[in-house]
Order: sequence, then structure tokens, then C-alpha cells
Amino acid sequence: MRGSGSSSSSSSTRSPPSAHPNPTGAVPISSLVGDKPLINISGCPPMPQAMAGTITHLLAFGRVPELDELRRPRAFFGETIHDRCYRRPYYERGMFAKSFDDEGARDGWCLYELGCKGPVTYNSCATLKWNGGVSFPIQSGHGCIGCSEPRFWDRGGLYRPLSAGTARVGTIVAGAAAVGALIGVGASLLSRKRQSTAAKPE
Amino acid sequence: MELLDFARGPALQFAMAVFAAGAVWRLLGILLLPRTGDRSAARIGAPSRLVGALYVIVRRLWPRRPFLQVTLFATINSYVFHIGLAIVVFGLAPHVLFLRSLWGISWPALPSNVVYGVAILTLASLLAALARRVSHPVLRLLSGPGDYLSWLVTTLPVATGLMATSHLGARYETLLAIHVLSVCALLIWFPFGKLMHSFLFAFSRGAMGARFSHRGVSI
Repeated sequence: MRGSGSSSSSSSTRSPPSAHPNPTGAVPISSLVGDKPLINISGCPPMPQAMAGTITHLLAFGRVPELDELRRPRAFFGETIHDRCYRRPYYERGMFAKSFDDEGARDGWCLYELGCKGPVTYNSCATLKWNGGVSFPIQSGHGCIGCSEPRFWDRGGLYRPLSAGTARVGTIVAGAAAVGALIGVGASLLSRKRQSTAAKPE
Repeated sequence: MELLDFARGPALQFAMAVFAAGAVWRLLGILLLPRTGDRSAARIGAPSRLVGALYVIVRRLWPRRPFLQVTLFATINSYVFHIGLAIVVFGLAPHVLFLRSLWGISWPALPSNVVYGVAILTLASLLAALARRVSHPVLRLLSGPGDYLSWLVTTLPVATGLMATSHLGARYETLLAIHVLSVCALLIWFPFGKLMHSFLFAFSRGAMGARFSHRGVSI
């Protein structure tokens, strides 16, 4: 069992516990220890209840709890932060905070626009909360950064909205449009040439 | 690389490049075609070509009276899914954020539940359009694979978007990735099929209006 900034799956190359450019060459434990049962308690840091609860399960029942495909206990990683977020009703109503200190943010509006990764992050922060149930990041006014998910540092930026593309498209689209323009102009010139040739008397 | 990372990154980048190249290619390729000038004198009382063009662009937004009854369903249904698509694409907050990341401008989003309702109506309307296409004898004969492909790539983003928002069938991130990939398919096919009418309808109507009004034809 391990806790880390990001979890690993059976595919060691898919979800290394590292961030680009990974200068230390970090790899997931699953790539080093292949013949032992492995449980990932992911998070940065992992939730103590998830760690203690999993150990308790092992001791009480003598077997590994039900795991998801990233080998995380489903009891703690079965639902997304978004599923259980108290700001969720504002998401449904389309009411989004525009900055971390605006009135909407203070009134509990959804932090999706500010890059919250709650919809794609599986953890129990929103239900168990931190510091003895005092709060969790979203309740403190900051969007979820998705720290229990693989490669969360490298998935398009912590403050980039989830629905926004991650690739820079401006230059590529401009270049593609220029190529399209060249082909379009070329095709029309060819057509004009054909027409003028056809119009010439034999 | 996870499916969602691929969809939001390279797939979207490629699809937008194809869309931009294809749309500009087709627009310029058509607009720069040599035109055969109409050297006949304009009919007495005929409006200028520009007025004739603008008139037909607007007038063709609804059918002429003799065709009204025959085309009533197609007209209303088309309005339903066109307006529905516009509301879904430009009204849902995540879409507004996506467009803001492209264009740098944003506008207030509609309540998500309202957009979901509109999306369900739009999906039903698109299914009705397909049902009519396959059940109408003439329309079925006129339809080719490209028409069905255009329908499919238009409908898939609506269906997958609804599935993603309702967490239906798979995990949210998988459904979101499939939704983005379906939008990529739409963007790639868009310039090469009849979806290009989004740009070309004004030019085709305008050209017809300019030509016919010059000859005194009432359209």
C-alpha cells in the first residue's frame, strides 16, 4: 500500500507518479513490485481516513477491499468530488465564480470556471473533509486540483477550465487556414484557366 | 496518455486544423470561381442585384405559401434543432469556457438545467429528422451516405454531451472524452459535407436572388 501525489495503475507507463519533465525518473511502485497485491491510496497528501480505513479493512477482513481500475479502494475513491460537492447546485444553475475573491465565490458558487477538477477527480474530500471534518479545498475557496488522479500536474493547468482545450491551437489553425486558402485560390485559378481554354476558338 | 488528455489536446488540435483548412479551401474555391456575367438588361422595376440577393436570403427563411403545408413539419423541425443546437453550443457554461479559450471572449451562460432540457428536445428533433429522411420515399432516394454521416456527426455530440452530464453508461471523464472526440469528428467532416451549408447558404441564396431578381422572377 502506498500514498503518493498520483496513483498508479497496472499499466506503469500510463500513470507515473511524476510531473513533466520527470528529472528523477520517478516510476510507480507497480512497475517495481509486480508480484505483490497493491493498493493505491492516492492524494497529495492522501486522506488519513482512507489510509486508516483501508488498513482497518485489511486487519478486520483479512483481504483487500474492492478497488477501482487504478487500484484505489472504491469506498473512498468511488465518487467524484463534483458528485458530492456542496457547490454542485450552483453548477446545475450555471452560476460560476469568476475569480477567487468575488462575491459569487464567497456565496458558494461553483468554481468550475476557475479550473476546478472536481468532475474528474475521485476522492472523498467533499464528504469526509480534512482536519477532522473542518473543511476541504473547495470549501476554503479553491478549486480541486485533482491530486488523486494520475498526471494531475500535466493535464492542462490547474486553473484551466476542464472544458477548455489543452493544446494551443491559434498558430496551427492560422497555418491550416493559410494552407486552405492556397488550395482554394489554386483550385479557382485552375478552373479559370480551364474555362478560358475552353472558350478559345479552335 | 489518458483518453481525455488525447481528446482535449492533439485530437482537438488536429480537428480544428482540418476544419479551418477545409472551410477556407471550400469557401475560397467556390467564391473565386469564374462567373458568367448576365449581360441582359435588367427588367423594368427590378431591384439591384444586392437587394435581390438580400431579399432572397431573408425570404427563404420560411417557405412560400403553396409549399407551406407540404413542408410544414420539415420547416418547424429544422428550426427546432437549429435553434436548439445554437442554444446548446453557445449557452452551456462549459461550452462558453471552451469558446472563450479559443476566441478570448465570453458571455453569460444559461442555467445548465435549461440547456439540458433544450438538448433533449434537440436530440428528439434530430431523431425525427432522421425518421423523416428514411421514411419519405423521395427524400430517401435523394439521400446519400454523406447525408447520413452529416446527421450522425451532428447528433453524436448532443447525445454524448447528455450522457456525460447525466453520467450515463460510463465514468464522467470517459464520457467527456467521447463527447470531445465526437465534436472532433464533427469538425473534421464539417467542411466536406452538407454541414458546410452553415456558411454557404447565404451565398447560394444570394446568388440565386441576384440572378433571378435581375430577370424579374418573383421568388
